[in-house]
Amino acid sequence: MSNPQNKPSASNWFRWFDPRRRDVGTYAFILNRITALGLTLYLFLHLIVLGQLAKGPEGYDSFLKLIDNPLFLFGELLVIAAVLIHGLNGIRIALTSFGIGVSTQKQLFYATMVVAILGSLVFAVRMMIG
Amino acid sequence: MINDWTVTFLVYRQKGQGPAHFDSFKLDVNPDEYVLDAVERIWSFHDRSLTFAHACHHSTCGACGMRVNGVEKLTCITPIRSVTTNGGTVKIEPMRNFPVVSDLVVNTGIMYRRMDVVGHHPVLPLAQEPAPTPAKPPQKEDLDTIRLADCIECGLCISACPIALTTPAYLGPAVLAGAQQHGVDGNRSLLELVDCGDGVWRCHSAFECSAVCPSNVDPARKIMDLRKQVIRARIANLFRRD
Repeated sequence: MSNPQNKPSASNWFRWFDPRRRDVGTYAFILNRITALGLTLYLFLHLIVLGQLAKGPEGYDSFLKLIDNPLFLFGELLVIAAVLIHGLNGIRIALTSFGIGVSTQKQLFYATMVVAILGSLVFAVRMMIG
Repeated sequence: MINDWTVTFLVYRQKGQGPAHFDSFKLDVNPDEYVLDAVERIWSFHDRSLTFAHACHHSTCGACGMRVNGVEKLTCITPIRSVTTNGGTVKIEPMRNFPVVSDLVVNTGIMYRRMDVVGHHPVLPLAQEPAPTPAKPPQKEDLDTIRLADCIECGLCISACPIALTTPAYLGPAVLAGAQQHGVDGNRSLLELVDCGDGVWRCHSAFECSAVCPSNVDPARKIMDLRKQVIRARIANLFRRD
């Protein structure tokens, strides 16, 4: 009789995020999930911010003052980086999902990450300049 | 002359419904021996109750798939040198995503049944092999099969797949690769089996199946090709009158 341990189970979801000893494809898989969760969280935060508009100009202005600090700016940069990573990796997955570039999927991932990092740096510089 | 290495083997143990634990065995090994050789030596000289599966010792039967230091390996072709260093540790566990029968042995029955359902041919004539670039082209003109491009049904790909980890109903890489090999054209029951949420569309492109496959099957590429087959069949069905 076999032991039920070790069987597939939805409760194993946390093991998706274990990158140890895995290959490049898993790194891309993990990054896509982390950025998706981050962007979903951001969407809720964004809706909360927009909800401040209902409190009138004063409420919105005071909220903008609250978030005008380096920590929130860094958070915005993370959002931009997540959009770039998730979007570009999504294009890679869409292509490979239909047989385009499957044999070069690792190189495609590296290329998309280089573009995402460069794009994030450009946004970071623009944020610092003002 | 190659000096022996001293290596500690941490071996997963589990009997029946009992709790899992690791037993430690320190061995002097030739680093060019294979991991399976060490497992056999542990069984021969240290613990006769250790259970593990093996048969051919040359990567044909697919019986000795295990996780070695967290990575799916066919242990009969995995040199100890490639997974540790002198004085190092090798952690040996059963494959994931299959129920443990005993110690390092898992029940891969569900995979075999599914492979049967999709009509997978364990050995395919060379002329029918769809792989565009086999890793080792045949050297002899009279060789009519290309064994190493065929699935040996070891289950390593299913163990490595993150989606198979969480979705018991997912057919898995080996089965979908078998379906691609068989082809869904004109096979409505196979099309219905793979064209569903737990079939070809469940793959999330982690490509771990192809990374660990010891037979150059490249299941990820075959899954992507199967998607094209499914879409072609769907379009063809739009214009079919029956």
